[in-house]
Amino acid sequence: MIADYFASDTVQTALDILKTQFPIAIWETVYVTILSTAFSIIIGLPLGVLIVAGEDGKILKIPKAVLSVLNVIINLLRSVPFLILMIMVFPLTRLIVGTVVGTPASVVPLVIAAFPFVARLVESSLRELNPNIIEMAQSMGSSPFQIIAKVMIPESMPSLISNMTIALTTILGYSAMSGILGGGGLGKIAINYGYYRYQYLVMIFAVVFLIVLVQLFQSLGTYLATRTDKRLKNR
Amino acid sequence: MIEIQNLTKTFQTSGGTVEALKGISLTVEDGDIFGIIGMSGAGKSTLVRCINMLERPTSGNIIIDGKDMGKLSNKELREERRNITMIFQGFNLLMQRNCLKNVCFPLELAGVKKSEAVKRATELLNIVGLGDKLSSYPAQLSGGQQQRVAIARALATHPKILLCDEATSALDPQTTQSILSLIREIHDKLGITVIVITHQMSVVEQICTKVAILDKGNIAEVGQVSDVFAAPKSDAAKRLVYPEGYESSVSIQEDEKVFRVVFNGAMTTNKPMIAQMAIDLNIAANIKAASTQCIGDKAFGNMILGISGGEEELKKAMEYMGNMPNIHVEEIVK
Ligand SMILES: Nc1ncnc2c1ncn2[C@@H]1O[C@H](COP(=O)(O)OP(=O)(O)OP(=O)(O)O)[C@@H](O)[C@H]1O
Ligand SMILES: [Mg+2]
Repeated sequence: MIADYFASDTVQTALDILKTQFPIAIWETVYVTILSTAFSIIIGLPLGVLIVAGEDGKILKIPKAVLSVLNVIINLLRSVPFLILMIMVFPLTRLIVGTVVGTPASVVPLVIAAFPFVARLVESSLRELNPNIIEMAQSMGSSPFQIIAKVMIPESMPSLISNMTIALTTILGYSAMSGILGGGGLGKIAINYGYYRYQYLVMIFAVVFLIVLVQLFQSLGTYLATRTDKRLKNR
Repeated sequence: MIEIQNLTKTFQTSGGTVEALKGISLTVEDGDIFGIIGMSGAGKSTLVRCINMLERPTSGNIIIDGKDMGKLSNKELREERRNITMIFQGFNLLMQRNCLKNVCFPLELAGVKKSEAVKRATELLNIVGLGDKLSSYPAQLSGGQQQRVAIARALATHPKILLCDEATSALDPQTTQSILSLIREIHDKLGITVIVITHQMSVVEQICTKVAILDKGNIAEVGQVSDVFAAPKSDAAKRLVYPEGYESSVSIQEDEKVFRVVFNGAMTTNKPMIAQMAIDLNIAANIKAASTQCIGDKAFGNMILGISGGEEELKKAMEYMGNMPNIHVEEIVK
């Protein structure tokens, strides 16, 4: 029975697809995820820093109105469901990439969806910092920029790494979702074969690889976060 | 010289306004080790934070060597802060940097060349006795060692003034002793002005030359430590100077002379001091109040002894006690 099943056409096609299409799909998923995370950090990190450093004018003198606007934008973007956001940013995607389908095109909506999330994660990491440390830096004559670059970010590094790992794995999930609307990678395979052609086995393969990728990224992130953390004794 | 003129600070909170400082005027001379002591909430931290403008005064001036701190531009203030460094109750070390890099931190801020910074930091860590911990991280150090790193860091930029906000409050009595001696040593060697904020009498007694007693945002008393402690005038001072439960108004007889015995880590040998004094000098002392604590085999705290008799007996008794190591005595003037 079982041997029959494995010899069946379904399984054979699935294995074929696994061999021919998966390597590229995995690569696409990985590079879209990493690229999107990188861009999200490039936009989200400074935003998170501004929000924390500008609060009550403690480190940076940023007008309250500017901060409120930033917060509203972040909240707005965070409340739009990803697939709808993807459709909404089609014009922008077309402007930047030239097309709205394909793997590179999905980077744009992913970044738009993820940078507000990254900004919030950065904000929460920076808020964990003991305020006395910042006061110490001020008492020694730090400029606002020095406080950010030499104290806030380096001292929060382990927490930032953990949180950026969360961002990365979340973006990985979104990138799979983008397969519905023209995105490439494992998500596209899962939807094309599993949903449109009822080849559940292919879908399961895709899901297994997504799980493995999440596990890999998460383990790597946790490893880096603990390794950089000098607060842990006995090393 | 630090001149504090009519300093007030009010905080607006949701619960109303808090007047933390209500018109403080104080002068700290160069080379002083100046103690500021008061109960919790008296405004000590607020006062010391006003000195380097971490807290902007509501009114009044802070003038350091003729410069009005409140009138400096941000850039000038940052430069001035290299001359007025600070150590804290919680040490406030950068946890992701090792000791050497922590001490380098203020030098980095000042734009000192890396090789020079490392040289200076190594030198300072040797001075504070941590020459073998250069590459250790703060989490690997004890509280006392962390405070030593913080002291080294505070000295890196050759400051003229060192502010210590409850620098020993998180440490056990023995470590407190060693940190206080270190501060004293540094003061003597470098001649810097030190301001010591504390709620502990013993700290002031051990290292300060002058003291101001802060009570609910006001200066209750200020003067030489020996004067203030020998004859505290204000209630706030009396509360601090006398052991708990001692009321100077009660229980002193007409013909009784009283003096205070302060233990700064005196060895508590098995010798009963008071009984021994009775035998050696034939003077009987009455313990009016005492608050002492033994740590290991050392005693800390103070005791008030009453002697009936004349000046002569008092003098002899004080000399007897005062000659013991790590004990000092003060007459209490009624
Ligand atoms: N940022 C602030 N906002 C509101 N109130 C404050 C603030 N800082 C201090 N206060 C209030 O000012 C008063 C003095 O506080 P301060 O911290 O100077 O006391 P302290 O003498 O240092 O006490 P402690 O020994 O407990 O450290 C307190 O009533 C405190 O609640
Ligand atoms: Mg305080």
